[in-house]
Amino acid sequence: MGSVTDFLLELRSEEIPARMQEKAREDLARLFAAELDKAGLKAAEVVSYATPRRLALILKGLPEQTAAVSEETKGPRVGAPPQALEGFLRKTGLTADQLVERDGVLFAIVDKPGRATADVLAAAIPAVIRAFPWPKSMRWGAPSLSTESPRWVRPLQGIVALFGSDVVPCEIAGVASGAATVGHRFHHPGVITIGSADDYFEKLRACHVIVDGAERRNIIALGAKMAAQKAGLSLIEDEGLLFENAGLTEWPMPLLGRFDEAFLAVPPEVIQLTARVNQKYFVCRDAAGKLANAFVCVANIDAADGGEKIVAGNQKVLAARLSDARFFYETDLKVKLADQVGKLEKIVFHEKLGTVADKVARVAKLAEWLAAEKIVPNCDPALARRAAELAKADLVTGMVGEFPELQGLMGGYYAAAQGEDPAVAAAIRDHYKPVGQGDDVPTDPVTVAVALADKLDSITQFFGVDLKPSGSKDPFALRRSALGVLAILLDNGLRFPLLRSVSQEVLDFFADRLKVQQREAGVRHDLIDAVFALGGEDDLVRLLARVKALQAFVTTEDGANLLAGYKRAANILKKEEWEAGAVNPAPEPAEAALAAALDAAEPKATAAIEAEQFEDAMAALAILRAPIDAFFDQVTVNDADPAKRAARLGLLARMRDAVHKVADFAKIEG
Amino acid sequence: MSEARGQPPPPRLTPSAPCAKALPKPHRVTNLSEPLSFQRMILTLHDYWSTRGCLILQPYDMRMGAGTFHPATTLRALGPESWNAAFVQPCRRPTDGRYGENPNRLQHYYQYQVILKPSPPDLQELYLGSLAAIGIDFTKHDIRFVEDDWESPTLGAWGLGWEVWCDGMEVTQFTYFQQMGGYDCKPVAGELTYGLERLAMYIQNKDSVYDLAFNDAGVTYGDVFLENEREMSKWNFEIADTDALFDLFRKAAAECERSLEAKLPIPAYEQAIEASHIFNLLNARGVISVAERQAYIGRVRDLAKGACTAWMEKNGWAA
Repeated sequence: MGSVTDFLLELRSEEIPARMQEKAREDLARLFAAELDKAGLKAAEVVSYATPRRLALILKGLPEQTAAVSEETKGPRVGAPPQALEGFLRKTGLTADQLVERDGVLFAIVDKPGRATADVLAAAIPAVIRAFPWPKSMRWGAPSLSTESPRWVRPLQGIVALFGSDVVPCEIAGVASGAATVGHRFHHPGVITIGSADDYFEKLRACHVIVDGAERRNIIALGAKMAAQKAGLSLIEDEGLLFENAGLTEWPMPLLGRFDEAFLAVPPEVIQLTARVNQKYFVCRDAAGKLANAFVCVANIDAADGGEKIVAGNQKVLAARLSDARFFYETDLKVKLADQVGKLEKIVFHEKLGTVADKVARVAKLAEWLAAEKIVPNCDPALARRAAELAKADLVTGMVGEFPELQGLMGGYYAAAQGEDPAVAAAIRDHYKPVGQGDDVPTDPVTVAVALADKLDSITQFFGVDLKPSGSKDPFALRRSALGVLAILLDNGLRFPLLRSVSQEVLDFFADRLKVQQREAGVRHDLIDAVFALGGEDDLVRLLARVKALQAFVTTEDGANLLAGYKRAANILKKEEWEAGAVNPAPEPAEAALAAALDAAEPKATAAIEAEQFEDAMAALAILRAPIDAFFDQVTVNDADPAKRAARLGLLARMRDAVHKVADFAKIEG
Repeated sequence: MSEARGQPPPPRLTPSAPCAKALPKPHRVTNLSEPLSFQRMILTLHDYWSTRGCLILQPYDMRMGAGTFHPATTLRALGPESWNAAFVQPCRRPTDGRYGENPNRLQHYYQYQVILKPSPPDLQELYLGSLAAIGIDFTKHDIRFVEDDWESPTLGAWGLGWEVWCDGMEVTQFTYFQQMGGYDCKPVAGELTYGLERLAMYIQNKDSVYDLAFNDAGVTYGDVFLENEREMSKWNFEIADTDALFDLFRKAAAECERSLEAKLPIPAYEQAIEASHIFNLLNARGVISVAERQAYIGRVRDLAKGACTAWMEKNGWAA
């Protein structure tokens, strides 16, 4: 390969939403690499960057030209009719003397010279822009007179496209490529001319733009930490806020501000959420680990007064937000949760399923029952009922109206402040858990009862009116609820025969979710099917124990061989008919041995299963392995004597049935 | 379209206005103290946008919830013709009334609206120029464009843009309209909506809206509007005759439809605005149930969209 050159592309626009920047950066690299690949070009290195106002791409080590290729097309045989030759010449645009003969066949060989890489790039830029997968895009300006005008996330303002130091010419929506860009919106609004990919970073840095998002995140993380430390506090780290602030700044400057200590009377989660969601501020802890009356905001300028005015302004905004929050909190506290419950009659849960009040009544009954039946052990039924009755009351409070994500949490605070039993307050707080994988699973009995009842109610009710999840559609998040139920049951080892509360259809739905949930834990879905297929197993804790024992067994040599023997037996049985109960008065030794082994294994397996000692049940089955192998080796099942045949088939059926005490082996793959 | 409405045509303007660097110094009256009073801030914005080619319009003489409802925004955002206008629009949000007791919330306040169609390529610079004109110093204040997409279910409209933050406070809504009344905007208009009271509180460093200097001679915002907030809050929440309001809603809707039958989009649109505000009043009185709410919003949307359709058809723009 000859000399190589770097390519720089900067697509400058009005402010790109912070949440879209990382994906856009990756998409730019991916789409561009794909365009180059079509032309047979590959860069030694592809890097991309995003700031609020630009997406940048650097392709390192591109050749000046694409490789020359020689395309060969097979033509007619030598001596073919003249029409065939003429047609071929027309198609290839060659003359007869340009064709090459090989083994009596004519070939057209066309040498395609390499294309200038710059031309490939010039065509790739508009192609990538047009195909760019923004989550939301828009039209703008005079060209938007047509709905066919180019779309971008926000108006596109400039294109820098340099191959080496040469501009790659292209134009999109009236924006022509060049070498000029601009620096920071306020620090350096003037034009900067970029020389090549080599000086891009440093020229922009000199104009108060840090192109690399990772570097901006580091600056924010470090600066925020130092600002907190300087005030004798420690920063509460927040990865999401780091990305968001890095996506809102080209020159990030973390600044520490304060708020009135009196606001700390409001629950810390409320303060943190207000600061985070509404203002994108970090919050801090004091030396004792409690939330401090301080925040860190990230400005986008190095202010002339050191940030004094910026801090003052942000403090004022946060104070207004916090006084709203305190107003809601104090107002809510004055009303007993029990008195809020009535208002739930006015909130429709679902048009087919009545109001939230109706749901609360069902959940309270179910939670109480779960406790009374000791399905949730050590749980006071009265407390479970009380907690369930109050669990949704915070939905009508001012605070949850303002911050729906605080549902449960606020109810917990209000319940505790209003003198409810601590277990009730905790249950109100945590009954939505677990919200997703990785979320805490409740363990406190009252919480477990309410959390379980709430989720079971949603699932059975929606199934009852035929609003089930299908395909990618799950508008009521029933799959997530089912996973929550599974996590609560399994983590707490709750012995709950589910068919006491749910239909077979819902149980099957749980079985499907269980397969998904257990996949990550490495539990085989076919083994779950094999145990479910026996029917009657509706206790998921027991089911999973059985599946795990089975999985351990089928991966042993004994297990694999027994499975093979079972399948052979099952195949024969499928095809044959025989009279049950036949006895062979003169069994061959292997036949007798199998019968003896079954006599021994069957009661052992049954007893072990009843005692839920599933490993022992597997061990009992394992003794069948050698006899079944010997039986198939030494005994002909299809004996001419119908009695012998029937007896032997009967023996195989016994073997199959013994195995079925553990699982339906027919469902096991492999 | 102007002929169709029997009015002189609006001046045609080139879409690209002068860039921020060429801005003249903001108009200042000598011997008046900084910072700008509420009324001087409005005059400064008028002056600024006027010199950049905008028609300076007056508030629409109807009650409405947002400046976007002004026909100079809604109807003019439709169609191919250039349109550049700026105006103050009083906004009424009955549910935000606090009897004059909350320093930040009002049931009646002012928005400053600028609409530029097609959106000029330097709209952000033009906007920042206006902030500089009213006294915001970019070397000491932190201006940010934070994603905030706009959608109005009642107008069948949406756009992409930002809320503009000044030191963490939202001071302007900045939107590129993509659809209005269910129609694609061809071309796209840029809309700026300044929250005037917030901006003034910021510039004047006041914690209560009622303490704002309305003019430069000692009259405060509270002198002008405090009693108004008290009385209107009481009327909105306690006094307004809900039976009469329900009746007014029905009558406005019917009148809108009659106007549509007569192919008069402007009167039809006025009745849609009226119905929308009556709905807001009923909502503040708490007499519309959750279930009914969607039906009322849907009704207003149908009226507004009907007016937009009639406007498109009358001007020959409907496809």
